[in-house]
Amino acid sequence: MSLAEKYPEEIKRILAKYPPEHKRSALMPLLYLAQREKGYVDNHAMNEIAEMLEITPTEVAAMIGFYTLYHGEPAGKLRIQVCVDLPCALRGADKFLADLCANLGIEPGGTTADGLVTVEPVMCLAACDKAPVFQTQGPDGIAYHENMTVEKTMQLVEALRESGKEVK
Amino acid sequence: MAHILLRHRDIPDISNLEVYKKNGGFEAFKKAVTKMDPGDVTQVVKDSGLRGRGGAGFPTGMKWLFMDRDNWPHYVVANADESEPGTFKDREIMENNPFQFLEGVAIASYAVGAHAAYIYLRGEFWPVAAWLDEKIAEMEKAGYLGEKLFGTNYSLRIYTHLGAGAYICGEETALLESLEGKRGQPRLRPPFPPAYGLYGKPTVVNNVETLTNVPLIIANGADWYKSMGTADSAGVKIFSLSGRVKKPGNYELPFGTTFRQLIYEYGGGIIDDRPVKAIMAAGASSSIIKVDDQALDTPMDYASVRTLGADLGSASVIVIDDTVSMDWLLNKTIHFFKHESCGKCTPCREGNYWMLHLIERIHGGTGSAEDVELLKSVAKQIQGKCLCALGEFSTMAVVSAIERFPEDFKKAVHS
Amino acid sequence: MTELVTLSIDGKQVTVPKGTLVVDAAKQAGIDIPVFCYHPKMEPAGMCRMCLVELGRPMIDRATGQPVLENGQPKIQWAPKLETACTNVVSDGMVVLTRSEKARAGQQEILEFLLTSHPLDCPVCDKGGECPLQNLTLDYGPGKSRFLYNEKHHAEKHVPLGELIWLDRERCIQCGRCVRFQRLVAGEPVLAFDERGRDTEIITNSEPAFDSIFSGNTTDICPVGALTTADFRFGARPWELKSAASLCAQCPVGCNITFNTRREAKSGGRVVIKRVMPRQNEEVNEIWICDKGRFAYHFTESEARLRQPLIRRNGQLQPASWEEALDLAAAKLKAAGKDALILAGGRLSNEDLFNLKKLADGLGAQSVLYTHVGGGDLVTQIGLASGTNLADLGKGDTILVAACDLYEEAPIWWLRVKQAADRGATLIVVNARATRLDKHAGYVVRYAPGDETVTLQGLLKQDKIGAAIREAGNLLVFYAADGLDLNGSTSVAAACANLLIETGHFGRPNNGLIGVWPHANDQGAWEIGFRPEADLAAALKGKTVYIAAADPAGDDPRLAKALQDAGTVIVQELFQTATASLAEVVLPAAAYTEREGTFTSGERRVQRYYPAVPRWAETKADYVITAEIGQRLGLDLEAGAPALVFNRLTAEITAFAGLSYRKLAEVRPQWPIVGRADLYYGGTTYENKQGLGVHLAAAASAGESPHLPEVRKGSGPRPQEDALLAVPVTKLYDLGVTVRSSVLLEARIGLPAITIHPLTAEKMGLKAGEKAMIGLGGHENEVLVKLDETIPAGVALVPRSMGLPVSAPAPLSVGKAK
Ligand SMILES: Cc1cc2nc3c(=O)[nH]c(=O)nc-3n(C[C@H](O)[C@H](O)[C@H](O)COP(=O)(O)O)c2cc1C
Ligand code: SF4
Ligand code: FES
Repeated sequence: MSLAEKYPEEIKRILAKYPPEHKRSALMPLLYLAQREKGYVDNHAMNEIAEMLEITPTEVAAMIGFYTLYHGEPAGKLRIQVCVDLPCALRGADKFLADLCANLGIEPGGTTADGLVTVEPVMCLAACDKAPVFQTQGPDGIAYHENMTVEKTMQLVEALRESGKEVK
Repeated sequence: MAHILLRHRDIPDISNLEVYKKNGGFEAFKKAVTKMDPGDVTQVVKDSGLRGRGGAGFPTGMKWLFMDRDNWPHYVVANADESEPGTFKDREIMENNPFQFLEGVAIASYAVGAHAAYIYLRGEFWPVAAWLDEKIAEMEKAGYLGEKLFGTNYSLRIYTHLGAGAYICGEETALLESLEGKRGQPRLRPPFPPAYGLYGKPTVVNNVETLTNVPLIIANGADWYKSMGTADSAGVKIFSLSGRVKKPGNYELPFGTTFRQLIYEYGGGIIDDRPVKAIMAAGASSSIIKVDDQALDTPMDYASVRTLGADLGSASVIVIDDTVSMDWLLNKTIHFFKHESCGKCTPCREGNYWMLHLIERIHGGTGSAEDVELLKSVAKQIQGKCLCALGEFSTMAVVSAIERFPEDFKKAVHS
Repeated sequence: MTELVTLSIDGKQVTVPKGTLVVDAAKQAGIDIPVFCYHPKMEPAGMCRMCLVELGRPMIDRATGQPVLENGQPKIQWAPKLETACTNVVSDGMVVLTRSEKARAGQQEILEFLLTSHPLDCPVCDKGGECPLQNLTLDYGPGKSRFLYNEKHHAEKHVPLGELIWLDRERCIQCGRCVRFQRLVAGEPVLAFDERGRDTEIITNSEPAFDSIFSGNTTDICPVGALTTADFRFGARPWELKSAASLCAQCPVGCNITFNTRREAKSGGRVVIKRVMPRQNEEVNEIWICDKGRFAYHFTESEARLRQPLIRRNGQLQPASWEEALDLAAAKLKAAGKDALILAGGRLSNEDLFNLKKLADGLGAQSVLYTHVGGGDLVTQIGLASGTNLADLGKGDTILVAACDLYEEAPIWWLRVKQAADRGATLIVVNARATRLDKHAGYVVRYAPGDETVTLQGLLKQDKIGAAIREAGNLLVFYAADGLDLNGSTSVAAACANLLIETGHFGRPNNGLIGVWPHANDQGAWEIGFRPEADLAAALKGKTVYIAAADPAGDDPRLAKALQDAGTVIVQELFQTATASLAEVVLPAAAYTEREGTFTSGERRVQRYYPAVPRWAETKADYVITAEIGQRLGLDLEAGAPALVFNRLTAEITAFAGLSYRKLAEVRPQWPIVGRADLYYGGTTYENKQGLGVHLAAAASAGESPHLPEVRKGSGPRPQEDALLAVPVTKLYDLGVTVRSSVLLEARIGLPAITIHPLTAEKMGLKAGEKAMIGLGGHENEVLVKLDETIPAGVALVPRSMGLPVSAPAPLSVGKAK
């Protein structure tokens, strides 16, 4: 199904934000829309967005590589993005990431065998006073998880695993 | 003293429209639109001495005055990209005191004749954007946004726009490119946004904190605001305190508060009560201040911090104690800048790649004294040549750490 | 008057127009500031930072507004950092130092940065020898590397960006010239940067990949060996190549090119063309060429070329000597006398055509131009004149494009028209279907097939469009035969001519009529007196036909039939075409790459081309063959040299009066300056040292009023209720004689296809991409089906020169493929 068929209302709302002669501005929100379901933007969606905004598919593709929150490839259902930037690292973020990965049996950047979560180190999330912190990126958007411990995180993953559905 | 920006700390429900109104909310906007000329609004802001809180400290009223009046429409863009490592103040404002920020956006828009304003939030602030969208809808419903405001001919809409994970999009021209649906790479300047901004139209880009000051300045006047802070830096500032302190967090204090006060009085001192070794006052982009008593007693305002060979920037104070070695620290900052370099200009793109290899060798224990020298020389070679300030930022910690903490690097290459 | 500004660059006083960039001002003064991302044809990007210079401006006293003096000299306020010369505009009294210690250090440091991730594969790089990076490294580069080679960034080295262009991601220095060229110049943004930082890389996501007909130009302006053509990759080293100035013969634009040649063992010791490069002519093609011009040159070296004369003996074409063949041809023509007919194609040079015309005149025979576009006599009347340059058109000017798909028919005109529209010219596109130009048009006018002429006649009556035509400062009209045959296009030409004449837009520079001809020199043929024949099949009947550079039998089965019914057929060709196969005598012609001559472009500019490679086998130049036949008939025709033929031509044909080979070879300084030692500035485009060409004199000047031509009454053919109407259209890449030998273009040429409206397809049970059988002119052909919702229902676009018999709008039947 095309995006236009799936999300007619949202698309209308997004386009309404920008002057019609500058509808290319809608590119970023449309890319979020496109990756809502599968967690990445596939070729189909890229072409559709290009057509909608009257730009070339190449120009759409060029955005996905530039911005880290867009993904051109599938990964785990939920991405756990742990900040290991300087301020968090000063408060033990590196160790948190290592411990979490060890608990999940993956390397940083890896995905659990069941395809449930991908754990990635990321740059500063603007929550430096609440380290360790990570954000989750999934079908429902992005959510912050602050002052985390490995136990709390594992509980989150467990809950997700049991419910079999997306958890914030 | 009561907070001016972090007012939710005094008035817990201020994100409720009624509560905000009860506490004088939207009065300033109403006063501006119904009683003041746009030029007068700008003049008050100029007289208040308000300087941009996004890092550069540029006088806000002056920026508004630069708007090209022969080219319309005008736009206002709020910079809510907040991506400097160690900065987390704009998020607290937007999450807790959203109406004051939005009112600031509205007043700025009125002052420069804009009928549309965009709030560009970093992509990670997805929930914040959704929250602001709610608040904007409430304002529209209550008649504070939309057509013919307060019975005048002035109309205004505010829209949120999410970035998607790129520090460079905090740089105002990269932000505008991104808002136009392009790769967030900085533009050539001049022309600056007040001449050539969003869609090529005159645009004011201001930081969230900057704008949040505006309603109270309009309500209470320029002199009231100037009475706080220092001669060089008027008013209050939110200091984002992070790193090896006991109580990290945002502290709204007048300019001129000393580092010592911030770290010990507000931040509760250093973890395990160890000594402070260094301070980065402007996030990862800082020149690293080597701490001694004199440094600790330096007032935090733009001019005074400069006497320490550093900048106040966005006042993201990262505190480093003696457990931290500078080669470890540079490994972090260089990783950050290498990851965030947009790739448009040569020195930043190639220089950071090169620096990364050098620091990995040095920090990894396979480096030599020549590598340390080379690292400093590459950093200096980047300086003064880049298209935007990111490249320059990437070198600040490198040069200052190697110059001010040579012993750390000696140790690193000898172990 | 443009305001002038005087500044000092490296101690030299330079005066340039206000607004000039420092880098360009320096260039004009003979000072080469190194650049990578800057290109004089594009807005500065200021991203490579190579052009760093010291820059100072006179200090101004705030109180008095006067310059501050120091020892009687204006005191200079130096910029605190090095500045980019490509982004700073000159100002009065500015002082620029491009080679001071500080500036050179800055430039060296940038270069060192670039080299940290550039592979050191110069010995195997195609750009080696003409690489700006390599050259600048010799000038500025550090003697030794401070960067550890094993820490170099690695990336994919052999990435095909489509069939024509290859990318080496390791060599790319992220200057963005290619990306910006595609977006800003070509208007086809099918290249982009992906990723960011050191991972930044060039991508294309179009379908087909790198979907642009200007892609080759990116290889000229790429300052390193990152972008190379599939054709030339690993083909030769630039320093082994010889160059010959020439013209592209693929369309009527007349792009100036250079053939690079080399003698090589793998071609049996022959000298062969290794690549086609643009040659600067700012009034024609600037510094660009299209991909057809760049890649469709392989016909010269094709083994299928005719190598010796052939004579039909016992029903078989058999080798013969030139004596025999010429004697026979002459005898046949002599016997026919005025019953001979000379049919010439616009691939021939002015000299060839002149000799043919003289031969025809000597025999009293008809001289026919083989073309489907009419109206050249009108172009002779009110075509372009001296002083015309499409680059001058902009705001206040109007360009009308009628019944023409410029993109497919004359790419560089498309580019220049689009650029004029970008500069503010009003573009009006009038056609039965959508074309690539619509996007850039101010007004798009569609007509139902058959209504082309009435629609054009009605334009002046339309409010805004009428005003745009009437009030245009300058008015240019391009027309062709999109969807039409010769009759249709003749009447379109007449309607267009009327618009120009009625509104007084002719007889002065930048005004007039341009025929978008199928060949490089159709306009020359018209000027020399050739005329097309509306019913060629009938005209051929019983005639002794001498055909040069045309393949009517290959194009149209009806013409093949007519030739079978003709008397004797004599064919002068490069290849054994369908027409040659029907001949009694076949005369092998030299390709234009093997000789010299002149073409007259659609803009009526006469330009020279020079020999690039030796003549193939026993071939002779067309004008020589014709002269030798003529001599056997007692006619005084010149066989000595093209220049001598041209002298006779200028003496006899008024439009050519005053021209000479020497005049055509004159050059003037052009901007931007290209082709000097600093290849980093303009790219590898060749400097024009061999002639910019000269416009023919306009027959009608603005003072006199030419006779308004008569326009066909009524409508052209229309689709019928129950049958599709096949209309001929031109495709850039087709199976034309000079195209099909280029193997590289096979995918772009594709299979024969018809294009119909989706609703038509639905009605006929056809789907996009499926095969179908079509019946056209009594023949069946298998074709692919393409869909396009912009074309009128009931119409099928059928490409010319793709093996489908479509010389005129005609009924078409479609059935399922077997
Ligand atoms: C690399 C870079 C990153 C920046 N990031 C931010 C940011 O996250 N938030 C911000 O407000 N300003 C940021 N700035 C500063 C903006 O370019 C701009 O100066 C500011 O938004 C102006 O607002 P102000 O005058 O209110 O400070 C950044 C600048 C640079 C060079
Ligand atoms: S491929 Fe060439 S032209 Fe394109 S960005 Fe790279 S170096 Fe520049
Ligand atoms: S920055 Fe001037 S040439 Fe690239």
